[in-house]
Amino acid sequence: MTSQPSMEPAGGPDVATQTAPPALEARSIVKTFGTVRALRGVSFEAFPGEVTALVGDNGAGKSTLIKILSGVLSPTSGEVFVDGRRVTIADPQAAARMGIETVYQDLALAPDLDAASNVFLGRELRRFWILHDQPEMRRQTVQRFRELGVGMVQDMRVPVASFSGGQRQSVAIARAAMWAEHVIIMDEPTAALGVIQTAKVLDLIRTVRDRGLAVVFISHNLPQVLEVADRIEVMRLGARVARFRRGETDVDRLIAAISGAYTNEPSIDQATGGAR
Amino acid sequence: MSENTQVKLEAEVQGDVIAAEEARPSRLQRLASSQVLITLGFLLVLMVVFSLMAPGQFDTGSNFTLLAQNVAILTVVSVGTTFVIATAGIDLSIPSGIILGEVFAAQALSRITVPGGGTAVDVQASDTKASYILVALVASLAAGLLLGTLNGFIVAYMRIPPMLATLGTLGAGLGVALLLQKGVNTASYALNPVATGHLIPGITNLVLIGILVVIVGFVGMHYSVFGRHTLAIGSNDEAARRVGIKVQRHLVKVYIVGGLASGFGGFLSLAYFSTTSVGGHTTDNLQAITAVALGGTSLFGGVATILGTVIGVWIPAVLQNGFIIVGVNPYWQMIAVGFVLVLAVWLDQLRRRSQNRR
Repeated sequence: MTSQPSMEPAGGPDVATQTAPPALEARSIVKTFGTVRALRGVSFEAFPGEVTALVGDNGAGKSTLIKILSGVLSPTSGEVFVDGRRVTIADPQAAARMGIETVYQDLALAPDLDAASNVFLGRELRRFWILHDQPEMRRQTVQRFRELGVGMVQDMRVPVASFSGGQRQSVAIARAAMWAEHVIIMDEPTAALGVIQTAKVLDLIRTVRDRGLAVVFISHNLPQVLEVADRIEVMRLGARVARFRRGETDVDRLIAAISGAYTNEPSIDQATGGAR
Repeated sequence: MSENTQVKLEAEVQGDVIAAEEARPSRLQRLASSQVLITLGFLLVLMVVFSLMAPGQFDTGSNFTLLAQNVAILTVVSVGTTFVIATAGIDLSIPSGIILGEVFAAQALSRITVPGGGTAVDVQASDTKASYILVALVASLAAGLLLGTLNGFIVAYMRIPPMLATLGTLGAGLGVALLLQKGVNTASYALNPVATGHLIPGITNLVLIGILVVIVGFVGMHYSVFGRHTLAIGSNDEAARRVGIKVQRHLVKVYIVGGLASGFGGFLSLAYFSTTSVGGHTTDNLQAITAVALGGTSLFGGVATILGTVIGVWIPAVLQNGFIIVGVNPYWQMIAVGFVLVLAVWLDQLRRRSQNRR
């Protein structure tokens, strides 16, 4: 329902700095599975050139919201806007056409194919209609890896299975960065990585952000969230309970928000409005 | 920010180390570690050994021509089934495809009335016409298309494991062939020129067809988008699905490729042996799978090599031929092939494990 025509953040401090429309916006999304209300009128915004972290405890509805924004699930009610235009995201391919790419937690790469083949999988450059143009795909991949500072251009001929976890995640992020026009959604991109690999991936996330994309970053690692995020949105029980800008919060405040002890949003009942 | 810079530096150092590690093996070294080269080396060693043991008998042009003719039909079906195995599937229904290909061709020929009485199935090789051959070819391919579509539908949409799905269609297909033939075989010389003629002087047509199928299979597997998607599905079908590849539809196409290869193999079989063979070809599926696995295509999907499959067809054939020539009981061939097969798959698993360790 559209009980909230404009989403003025309750905290207020970021109003002055936000002029561009959100690259991706969800308004009053409700999602029910049978009798379970996974999302109770949640709203969410991600702006171009910013890393927006989405945090919350298990069961807060992060994954459900992300699945809706990436086209895997359809919302029961509510609205989604891409670049200010209202859209219906029917499936992941529709999301891709709208410029939204998702990097999945479980590395959705084909391990036996090389990096370029993975980057162009399903979008192969062709010649003579049915053949793929591997040299050109490899060239463009190398170029993009260089631009993004992904340092493995010598390894373009080996299967990505032989890469380290961090390198594989870098391939997945580079692929998303190559095709995303507006938004990259990353679901726990560093969950399986070591310290140095994590630092590399976080660097890559900053690089992607600096190229003007909106990055949605889901993580349970709060210090990491504070390090990389420009904005943080906190979900609890299927609704947004707090928003912070970089530097406005700390781990304790975040934990308070995640556990329900702190909020700077209108109450859930108010946010849900008539959607119930 | 200095902390950030330091992390960046560390990351760069780490990146360089990784790059240096993996830049080291040259392309030659990488080739040497590939299973295709190992099996090719094994095949060449076999040939050298048999040539030394039986000079003037094994290493003659006529013996190689004979070998090439003998493996041509198996090569055709093995190339087709390489695509199926590349998706981590398996096609046990190959004998059905071959026999239905023969039977459909023979039945189609028997429905063409020949001027001067009789039907096309009974014409002599010298009296056959291109149109008869074409009709038989279409019938054989139709048999393969039917079987392949059925296999693909059962595997992709009914989600029956490929081994059981194709075990079912193997039995069912043989039953259909026996019903159509009322349990007896049909002889026909109408297609002989397809197998025994010489479009190019010096190369039997059957061998030429085998070579053409290998080339088509090679380009299809390694240079076409179809082959790329086939390998991607075998490697990680969920990844393929997420990038928008229509996995189920593609699987049906892959099983159709396997079916068409089998049906075409039946066409060639009728042309070469001049008779249908209901009740024959019973181990062709296992021979084809052996060839594919020997060659280095992974039964776990995602990795496939058409040239490896060709080598994998030749190793058992050379063993059998060589054993006969040097006077070893050819039953030893079965034992040798069995062990070589296990060894080849074991090497593939070792390679995969070491690759995925990091």
